[in-house]
Amino acid sequence: MTEETMSAFDGIDEGPLPSDAARASAPRFPASQSADPTIVALGERFGERILGQRVSAGDQHVVWIDSGAILEVMTWLKEDARQAFDMMSDVTGIDYGQGRPVEVVYQMYSTRHKHALRVRCPLDTDPLEIDSVAVLWRSANWLEREVYDMFGVAFRGHPDLRRILMPIDYAEGHPLRKDFPLRGRFSRAEQTRRALNQDVDRFYSEEILAQGREAQEAARPEIGTRGANEGEV
Amino acid sequence: MARKTVEIPVGRNPEMGVDGRPVASPLQPFDIPEPEFGTERMLINIGPQHPATHGVLRLVCELDGETVTSVIPDIGYLHSSFEKLGEYRTWNQIVTLTDRMDYLAPLIYNCAYVMSVEKLMGIEVTERCKVVRVILMEMDRIFGHLLWLGTTAIDVGAFTPFLYAFQERENIYQLHEKLTGARITTSATRVGGMMADLPEGWTEQLRTFLRKFPDTLAEIDRLLTRNQIHIGRTQGVGAISAEDAINYGFTGPNLRATGVDYDVRKDRPYYDYETYDFEIPIGRHGDCYDRYLCRMEEMRQSVRILHQALDRLPGGPINVDDPSISLPSKTDAMSDMESMIHHFKLITEGIPAPEGDCYYAVEGSKGELGMYVVAEEGGTKPVRWRIRPPSFVNLSVIPKLAEGHMVADLIMINASLDIVLGEIDR
Repeated sequence: MTEETMSAFDGIDEGPLPSDAARASAPRFPASQSADPTIVALGERFGERILGQRVSAGDQHVVWIDSGAILEVMTWLKEDARQAFDMMSDVTGIDYGQGRPVEVVYQMYSTRHKHALRVRCPLDTDPLEIDSVAVLWRSANWLEREVYDMFGVAFRGHPDLRRILMPIDYAEGHPLRKDFPLRGRFSRAEQTRRALNQDVDRFYSEEILAQGREAQEAARPEIGTRGANEGEV
Repeated sequence: MARKTVEIPVGRNPEMGVDGRPVASPLQPFDIPEPEFGTERMLINIGPQHPATHGVLRLVCELDGETVTSVIPDIGYLHSSFEKLGEYRTWNQIVTLTDRMDYLAPLIYNCAYVMSVEKLMGIEVTERCKVVRVILMEMDRIFGHLLWLGTTAIDVGAFTPFLYAFQERENIYQLHEKLTGARITTSATRVGGMMADLPEGWTEQLRTFLRKFPDTLAEIDRLLTRNQIHIGRTQGVGAISAEDAINYGFTGPNLRATGVDYDVRKDRPYYDYETYDFEIPIGRHGDCYDRYLCRMEEMRQSVRILHQALDRLPGGPINVDDPSISLPSKTDAMSDMESMIHHFKLITEGIPAPEGDCYYAVEGSKGELGMYVVAEEGGTKPVRWRIRPPSFVNLSVIPKLAEGHMVADLIMINASLDIVLGEIDR
């Protein structure tokens, strides 16, 4: 069977090939100038730590930043009065495969100024880690856990970095990586054996509860006015 | 921009009725001194198989007596890795995966997905297609909210609204079936248009539904809105401030109940939503009761939008007139050689996309539903397809909402968030 006649599902025991098209060597970080005031301000403030910028899909402003500066940039984007990105809509990852770096993608929105921004952050392969933004936006807590689960990106300073969708003792790796086969790394027999030998008591133990409780206590936010509405009945 | 605050003159003091008179509420707290017992904390699991969790959700709770001291949601039981599967499929093949995520409002997911792909490819769909999609999305907003309404009412012990709500849902099921052939797994959209145009008599059937539906809604409203038991179970339960709600990522009716008027349809309008005359209900207290009020009002507003959309529904083609995107008609494909080759090539090769990424947010029934697609130059499959799941983020707030409340309130809080586990686990 030649490459051309393979259907999509012939490749399920290998990693996916996302596209049958010839791979053009696209510039890693597009440098087209964006007129978005946020990106202009970012460029002035952070200089060469802004790796690239682009207007995507017509009107969506994207900026690539250095992963080392993520916490600094994000804090500024949230605190600065003219940016005020108070809503972290989404945190996710992209793995292009072929040796390109895994990227973490943040979708942000400001409910005050009604503007949106997408921040992309290419990561070094070893160690695959980045600072957590869960201290700034509580919504990033579970979203970063999902990126950790699916891509293996370790978030430094995350309050509760555990697997979230896959089982806690999942040993096959991180499913959304391009080198992960669709059917998993283990054979069906091995997967069945592991499922049957699972110690169910582990999933209902005091240990899990304690683990989660500590994490939640560590994750108590300092922001907001907890109790402002709650006393009212 | 028309905003609307839901103001229902219900006394928030439990000792006073609607008209200000004192009422004998069965929920009046008795002033009994707490007896001194040596107690220890108890660990219980709610779910994964429990009707009150509204899906395969497990809540690990630590209880002090009947008070929840900590709650840890455990998810992933329905994980099917749709995002990974999407990387093996062409753009149109992914549509069937989207309605399996939120099976309570499948058409919103169908539409949101193709809208993001069309935005990425720079495809402008026809006017008729836009209005049809608005109709389908608003219809499924009602569809999703009705399920929430029925099951949440059951959770606080009201059985009748469940039957009324499901009676109305059946009408929408029939509309789904007439349009797509399926009741839940609709898969109605395609890149550049729809699977099929609206069948004959469909709009009349929808109009019939819209004529009768407000009466049913008013009946449910009479059963619940000023019901002393319902008020006692929901007011002041699971409250969150507006600032916290934004920071925790709340969207949709859950966020609007706290008083933030963020609605994607108004703030980042798509498909000419700015030209429809409708209002965004917002609450004030951010508790379960305000969430209930917001959703009730949203259904009424959706009826308004549906009336306007049906009135303006233009004629003309439903699919874009571009042979590299739209399939030829079935008759042509079966009788004409050129069309058959065209059909074959489009099905086997798929539609090439430009290099880039696109995040498209729509207002789903649960909150901001974002679809993020990343493509390589000429790619007929996505490099990455990501769903920004509104229920997933909404559910992550439950420890904050529920801690300190009773176990029974935890059930109410969980129900009031309107989660769907198919989309949380994906």
